[in-house]
Amino acid sequence: MDAFKSLVNYISNPTILFTAVLVGFPFVFPPTNWFYKVHKKLGIHKLWTKKGLIIMVAITIAFFIFGLGDDNFKKIVLKPDNVPISGLIILLIFFTWLSLSQAYKNDKLIDEGKPVDEHYEAPNDKVLVWPDLVYVELISLILFSAFMLIWSIGLPAPLEEPANPSESPNPAKAPWYFLGLQEMLVYFDPWYAGVVLPTFIIIGLMAIPYIDTDPNGSGYYSYKNRMLSLSIYLFGWLVLWNVLIVIGTFLRGPNWGFFGPFEYWDSHRLEALTNVNLSELFYIKWLNMGLPSNILVREAPGLLIMFLTFAVTPPLLAKTALKSFYERLGSTRYTIFVVLMIFGALLPVKMYLRWFFNLKYIISMPEFFFNF
Amino acid sequence: MPEKDKKKTSTISPKTPPPAALNKVEKESNVDRRTFFSWLSLGWVAFVAATGGFFTMMLRFFFPNVLFEPVQTFRAGYPDDYTVGEVDLRWKEKYGVWMVRNDEGIYVLSTVCTHLGCTPNWQPSAKKFKCPCHGSGFRMTGIHFEGPAPRPLERFKISLADDGEIIIDKTQKYQQEKGQWNDPESFLKV
Repeated sequence: MDAFKSLVNYISNPTILFTAVLVGFPFVFPPTNWFYKVHKKLGIHKLWTKKGLIIMVAITIAFFIFGLGDDNFKKIVLKPDNVPISGLIILLIFFTWLSLSQAYKNDKLIDEGKPVDEHYEAPNDKVLVWPDLVYVELISLILFSAFMLIWSIGLPAPLEEPANPSESPNPAKAPWYFLGLQEMLVYFDPWYAGVVLPTFIIIGLMAIPYIDTDPNGSGYYSYKNRMLSLSIYLFGWLVLWNVLIVIGTFLRGPNWGFFGPFEYWDSHRLEALTNVNLSELFYIKWLNMGLPSNILVREAPGLLIMFLTFAVTPPLLAKTALKSFYERLGSTRYTIFVVLMIFGALLPVKMYLRWFFNLKYIISMPEFFFNF
Repeated sequence: MPEKDKKKTSTISPKTPPPAALNKVEKESNVDRRTFFSWLSLGWVAFVAATGGFFTMMLRFFFPNVLFEPVQTFRAGYPDDYTVGEVDLRWKEKYGVWMVRNDEGIYVLSTVCTHLGCTPNWQPSAKKFKCPCHGSGFRMTGIHFEGPAPRPLERFKISLADDGEIIIDKTQKYQQEKGQWNDPESFLKV
């Protein structure tokens, strides 16, 4: 038992956990034909069968039940704030399964030349609002109200002492749905992770129908025909949002340090992390000289990297790896697509730079409130 | 209308012109143009007055009669009250400052994290201020070295009164990244 717990604690180290997620992701949600073949060969597609669902949910529930035997884990899970997250993990598995099992079913039907599951003949497309729809809505409303009522009585929201600006709770956690944002804020300046990135998430979601105009798969679930789009979307949704929420809930402890799920939350744990900016790394460590006093010279390495990332990479990719994209999308839509992808990719890149190189900011201009 | 057309559909067929509702109303109504506009103006004036009144009251709400805010300038005892090499927490709750005394003198640090404004905790064992929100860490001097905080903690103006008591003025702040820590008023030589 203890060996298992320490193993889980060890794996929960973000570098291991996140790397495992990144490496495993394309095999579970294949973006290209090659990954799809391996995915089939390894039998991962069986996850989207009924048996797969039972196994996934059973493992998750078993883990939680096992974890409740541990005092530290119990404290996290049974905190009224965190109860919905544990439930949502299972709901997330269920709904991901639901759509993908339907998609794989349809893939098979399409392969066999049959109409998809959602297909209907013209006269059957009408359902009466009353009673068919309203009836279902009423029942859902009553059941859901009863459920919320019982929940709010059974697990009341914790009422804490009046807010005190001179004392922040340790750890100070955002509401669960913002824990992904809070995790992003650890790696970036507030204006970027708190304002720019969320705006880009919203704009990016709004841009999807304009960038991806492929009518394939419209109106029914399918995976094989839309592998890349679905894989990219699921990466953003599952890894860059939900995994970060899980990390924020279960793995972040006092002083916003990383703790394994079964690790004691020691607020006095010593951690020596000296984060440095790229400019300091470049001039002081590598060139062995002082920081230049001119801001532009000082931040030249970071500015150069950002210039290469945003101004040179998109046209370079258009000529090479993403040539077919460029031809299909045209320059405007291609640029929007690639720039949004780069912004998305910069998040895990920055996380790794922080974890492995203790890098604080690539560009650091506190004089102008500009840090990246 | 021909008989077979009537059977075909019960809804308005596109052939029939739309009911001339607008004309009809104008003829039947006894409200003429002039009366209508005077009522309209009255309505608008009432609406603007009500909304204006509401926003005026709301604006007034932002300026309370009594402000429970600590004074920005306060006396903080004598330099000898502070131990060399220690962070003093006595004014943290009331005024939001840490008093730090080193070999050369005393300076006053703001308790507001420069990342997103949480209040860090002083950890005597690690000799650092550690923010519980995103893990920013600051040395005793206020210099940021850990986590996402982009700049050092701010310092406040510190000076001595004629009777030798320390006076701290929070309205005056000194930021290291602007080179203001060299200002003699940001530091009390003892």
